[in-house]
Amino acid sequence: MSGLLAGKRLLITGVITDASIAFHAARVAQEQGAQVVLTGFGRLSLVERIAKRLPEPAPVLELDVQNPEHLDTLADRVREHVDGLDGVLHSIGFAPQSCLGAPFLDAPAEDVAKALEVSAYSFKSLAVATLPLLGQGSSIVGMDFDARVAWPAYNWMGVAKAALESVNRYLARDLGPRGIRVNLVAAGPVKTMAAKSIPGFEELENSWGDRAPLGWDTEDPTPVARTICAVLSDWLPATTGSMIWVDGGVHAMG
Amino acid sequence: MADKQEILSGLAEIVEEVAGVAQDDVSLEKSFVDDLDIDSLSMVEIAVQAEDKFGVKIPDDELANLKTVGDAVDYVANNSK
Repeated sequence: MSGLLAGKRLLITGVITDASIAFHAARVAQEQGAQVVLTGFGRLSLVERIAKRLPEPAPVLELDVQNPEHLDTLADRVREHVDGLDGVLHSIGFAPQSCLGAPFLDAPAEDVAKALEVSAYSFKSLAVATLPLLGQGSSIVGMDFDARVAWPAYNWMGVAKAALESVNRYLARDLGPRGIRVNLVAAGPVKTMAAKSIPGFEELENSWGDRAPLGWDTEDPTPVARTICAVLSDWLPATTGSMIWVDGGVHAMG
Repeated sequence: MADKQEILSGLAEIVEEVAGVAQDDVSLEKSFVDDLDIDSLSMVEIAVQAEDKFGVKIPDDELANLKTVGDAVDYVANNSK
């Protein structure tokens, strides 16, 4: 099979429904010739059902990024399906309700800590867990929402994304000598389960298309999926520690 | 068009499996959220299983409108192949 990702072995986290960005990244990756292994959190039965809707049904491994045993055994469990990895997609984030949409000034420290651990520290955890499988030229990609500025409603998740952006740079520093690239894809808003769980996020979704020079369709995850696949491919071989925007150009507008 | 009684019993099986609600409690007038205490992610899983079982597509926007078991049965009856 030929394609942008022909022969690539990828681990893709973050599929929960067939609206998930990660689902579409997996779909496009398979269309481009990749072999995909998924991880799921919590509702494995749902993720397994959704995995069957991919062009090629993909195996699903359980992964809670806060569970040390899951992380420690991940490489061995991945090896049951593929003999190594060429790419990893981190599409994981969570914040308690106090951190999203609720008054920013009221969020308690323990909730913020949870948001940071699941959404930012886990990028490091996943990188370490998959490191034994990754060789020269492999690519780790994380999902970002531009955290250089404050957004309506996004609140402490924005703070967590700012931490993720910093983790990205340090991972790039430490994994670069092994020939592993680490980058973030900063996407515009896409209507997913995650987006729907942010009260007030519609405000951003509704205005994005008007502000984007290229326009923006919150119902179409394919541009984001294709960008992820490009970063996972061999075609950005000297790019690491970067944030690649796929937002219709909103980030560049004043 | 599928028989509504069959759809109801098929749906009740799914609701029991996903949310642990006894099949007998899954009756047409019950609200998924208020009466059966089903959270949004469980609703998604119920919808995905219903799609596979009945050969319908339930878009997210439609799912938000399916407040009661009866709403879901009617939707499946009207949209299944």
